[in-house]
Amino acid sequence: MNWSWSGFFGYLVNPFILGGVWTTIWLTVVSLVAGLALGFVIALMRRSSSRPVAMLAGFYVWLFRGTPLLVQLIIIYTALPVLGIRLSVVESALIGLALNEAAYLAEIIRAGIEAVPQGQVRAGRAIGMKERDIMRHIVMPQAFKIIIPPLGNSVNGLLKTTSVTSVISMEELLRRTQVLIQEKFMVLELFAVAAIYYLAMTTLWDLVQRRIEAHFGKSSAIGAAEKR
Amino acid sequence: MIELNNVSKWYNDYQVLKDCTLTVERGEIVVICGPSGSGKSTLIKTVNALEPFQEGSIRVHGMEVGAPDTDLPALRARVGMVFQSFELFPHMTILQNVMIGQRVVLSRSSSDAEAQARRLLDRVGMADHAHKYPAQLSGGQQQRVAIARALAMDPMAILFDEPTSALDPEMVSEVLDVMTSLAKEGMTMMVVTHEMGFARRVATRMVFIDRGEIIENCPTEEFFGGTRNPRTEAFLGKILNH
Repeated sequence: MNWSWSGFFGYLVNPFILGGVWTTIWLTVVSLVAGLALGFVIALMRRSSSRPVAMLAGFYVWLFRGTPLLVQLIIIYTALPVLGIRLSVVESALIGLALNEAAYLAEIIRAGIEAVPQGQVRAGRAIGMKERDIMRHIVMPQAFKIIIPPLGNSVNGLLKTTSVTSVISMEELLRRTQVLIQEKFMVLELFAVAAIYYLAMTTLWDLVQRRIEAHFGKSSAIGAAEKR
Repeated sequence: MIELNNVSKWYNDYQVLKDCTLTVERGEIVVICGPSGSGKSTLIKTVNALEPFQEGSIRVHGMEVGAPDTDLPALRARVGMVFQSFELFPHMTILQNVMIGQRVVLSRSSSDAEAQARRLLDRVGMADHAHKYPAQLSGGQQQRVAIARALAMDPMAILFDEPTSALDPEMVSEVLDVMTSLAKEGMTMMVVTHEMGFARRVATRMVFIDRGEIIENCPTEEFFGGTRNPRTEAFLGKILNH
């Protein structure tokens, strides 16, 4: 097998590939934000005292975690039009990723909320706070700290999972890599370039995550270091 | 001010409170004692509706606690509570802990809330720690902050649920001192505690509860001097003679 260094370095700075990198990034960011919002709602629904509401949320998580994203995307893109719902590639990719991510994030968020001791909720009630305010000022800030590590893990996974949208021809990094491979046959060089960009993105995210963890770990870190 | 009438509560089949009737007048310090599992903590938690009850009625300052249309947050804002495990908010500084209720519940301005918080932290001897986080404080210090947090809402009464039970022995007195000074200033208090020295000095009335029943409810001198129910006698014998 031939390896072409000039091919490798050429594709490393190829605008077509860089465009794919950019698409991967915004696909990740948008589906993460949408997935977080939806995941938060589903987490609250799962904790609802109304059984049908909790069961609906449980069903959602069961369905989207129990089937492959690949299948979900194909259904959204090719089967929904049969029902008269026609979505573009970008819409299908974003919706599929967000719906799928929401199921995982809902479980992470729920676990975070449940890890905050019940005594904290009682303390909030005892000073007259409404349930909504307790969630906002007392539970969520503490839950968020617990959520960050698994959330970071999930973002790392999502960065790579976006590549699955290539099956519905979403032009993200992997799809564009494959397009070039079909034209130029530089299989190893191009996949190596793609791998390097995925690595760069996940590494960058790692750094961001560490920053966030350090920021939110403040109160307990100080406590541990300075306690008399 | 606080009136419990024939309050009963069950956990499934198990009755934790049996026909409890108790009145606390303004300025009274009522100490509630009893063996563990007797229902004393459950009893004071029914007063601010942290624990629901199934029968009887509780009126706090004219508000019916058990009525479905009662605004519980509004009721709780008027009745402070101090927990055995402090329950300060670990992600907030001491100052923020004492300000949060004033800001969110009473909608006080930031400067008013801070002034009140600093005044109260000074009162419980914690002014120098305002910028710290709860994890940096000892148990006794955390409990004093928790008292300041309850006071910040200008409550008409404060419920203490075993406020010194989780403390190392050397920290008990600093918390009891703060409670004693509150009592002297006329705060209405219901205190679940085993600290009989404190009870004898500060309480206006003693309540003894066993297996969910109020066995004894009498003025302090009578409780420690007079003739008592045998069950009270047995309990006091256990906690006083060692």
